[in-house]
Amino acid sequence: MLKDIKSIGKKSTRDGFGDGLQALGQTNPKVVGLCADLIGSLKMNAFIEEHPERFFQVGIAEANMMGLAAGLATAGKIPYAATFANFATGRVYDQIRQSIAYSHKNVKICASHAGLTLGEDGATHQILEDIGLMKMLPGMTVVNPCDYAQTKAATIAIAKHDGPVYLRFGRPGWPRFTEDMPFELGKALLMAEGTDLTIFATGHLVWKAVEAAKALAEEGISVELINIHTIKPLDEEAVLASAAKTKAVVTAEEHNIYGGLGESIAGLLARKLPTPIEMVGVKDSFGESGTVTELMTKYGLDAVNVIEAAKKVLARK
Amino acid sequence: MADIQYLEQMARQVRRDILRMVHAVQSGHPGGSMGCAEFFTALYFQQMEHNSDFSMEGKNEDLFFLSNGHISPVWYSVLARSGYFPVEELATFRHLNCRLQGHPTTHEGLPGIRIASGSLGQGLSVALGAALAKKMDGDDKLVYALCGDGELQEGQIWEAAMFAAHNKQDNVILTVDWNGQQIDGSNDDVLSLGNLPSKWESFGWKVLIGEKGNDMAAVLDYLAQAKAASGQGQAVVLLLKTDMGHGVDFMSGTHAWHGKAPSDEQLANALAQLPETLGDY
Repeated sequence: MLKDIKSIGKKSTRDGFGDGLQALGQTNPKVVGLCADLIGSLKMNAFIEEHPERFFQVGIAEANMMGLAAGLATAGKIPYAATFANFATGRVYDQIRQSIAYSHKNVKICASHAGLTLGEDGATHQILEDIGLMKMLPGMTVVNPCDYAQTKAATIAIAKHDGPVYLRFGRPGWPRFTEDMPFELGKALLMAEGTDLTIFATGHLVWKAVEAAKALAEEGISVELINIHTIKPLDEEAVLASAAKTKAVVTAEEHNIYGGLGESIAGLLARKLPTPIEMVGVKDSFGESGTVTELMTKYGLDAVNVIEAAKKVLARK
Repeated sequence: MADIQYLEQMARQVRRDILRMVHAVQSGHPGGSMGCAEFFTALYFQQMEHNSDFSMEGKNEDLFFLSNGHISPVWYSVLARSGYFPVEELATFRHLNCRLQGHPTTHEGLPGIRIASGSLGQGLSVALGAALAKKMDGDDKLVYALCGDGELQEGQIWEAAMFAAHNKQDNVILTVDWNGQQIDGSNDDVLSLGNLPSKWESFGWKVLIGEKGNDMAAVLDYLAQAKAASGQGQAVVLLLKTDMGHGVDFMSGTHAWHGKAPSDEQLANALAQLPETLGDY
């Protein structure tokens, strides 16, 4: 039920990654960690303290890190190669393409500080194109969890998937609300049933979608809220079933509207079930310096923007 | 110890394979392949402890990673003649639906290949990763890699070089195919490599120089020296001077045959200079 979704406080998704990696380290001896001079930012200290022999500091050399990870995977390890999202994708696209994706290596690319919410560092670090870059690669699984618990669960779950994975998470403290919800890689998570429209949200924007859905409910609009944490492969069955039911769709993500979740869902619906759709995301723009709150407002990633999109799509039904 | 005469015969047969493969599809990279025939033959028929009953992980065997993937013809020939797959399959090189892709790949499941290569500069990093895993697993076998000299212009090579030195990766032997040529001309014309031995030394590697990379006895000796230099706290690089296009007079010593296939007439001329030894595919 929508009204039962509540925040129990804030914690960052990168903390979820760090804690997930620590837990995984204790149960899976094949898991190794790599990081390009950002151990503290990626919250990897606990894993490193417990398993120093299974961690490799590679320095500021991300291309080499991706190659090392491919080599470790070739020899049977499960490498978690971690850095900021910008340096984990655009900077090393060809290394990922050839040595990891095309070579089908069991490498987990772990990308923190994705999107606008890294804040003051500005656009050089605020990648908004990474989901698109990664989902274009054949065989790449793309996961964008929404809070601490889901990131922790995803970090653990991807070890069981044999193949390359892009795991995207972020910097800021963020509401925690999925503690009691299941996580299954590749499966959409139905958070609230509704009848008037469906909101498909991913990453930090899921919480914004929760806030929007509650506000819309007060106006008598019934929202079906679905969390798409696994953007690729997309849970097509769940998307089509909900779109068939509500006949109106809003997507919400902290990413360029080109290349992101919205585009994946729009493509699917256009092919199989044409449905009115509105997208909440960054409108083909770079970011800039600012606080998280300021940036979310300026770039249209707030609950109010989700509400606006919902009303717009309802008018098109 | 393999008989040196046999190894020389093998290298010559490998050259015939390269020429015939590239000629048949009128595409591919014969120059660098021909220049490395002795190296590959010595590596697979003498130096490495390896198992042609292929496993991706390659536990308890020496591993080889080719970084300059465009010289796939020489590798395919040597892999086939080492028993990884039927020699007849060489006839499928660069054909649609084949396992012998233009550049090597794991994608089609060709035994012997552990990583895709072609986009340059990536193979050394992969070899270092595999070498880390071997150390973690207490596996004392070695990891070999080959890259081109022009390829050293890629920055990732030097990221990897620093990493190997920092981590004292002494179970790695990199060979650089030092033929002085690349697509657009000589290294010195395109982008000078400077003092290559000094560069590697200053990056913390044990440097060996092989002056005669197309002399089988010499190549065997260099590789034995490289193996002897392993296990001593330093990664080892063998700077192997080779002659691009070696074995055919009109192809030798020029970048012109880097990525060009011989015509029917040129093939006949070339093969006449390299009489069949162990049987064509």
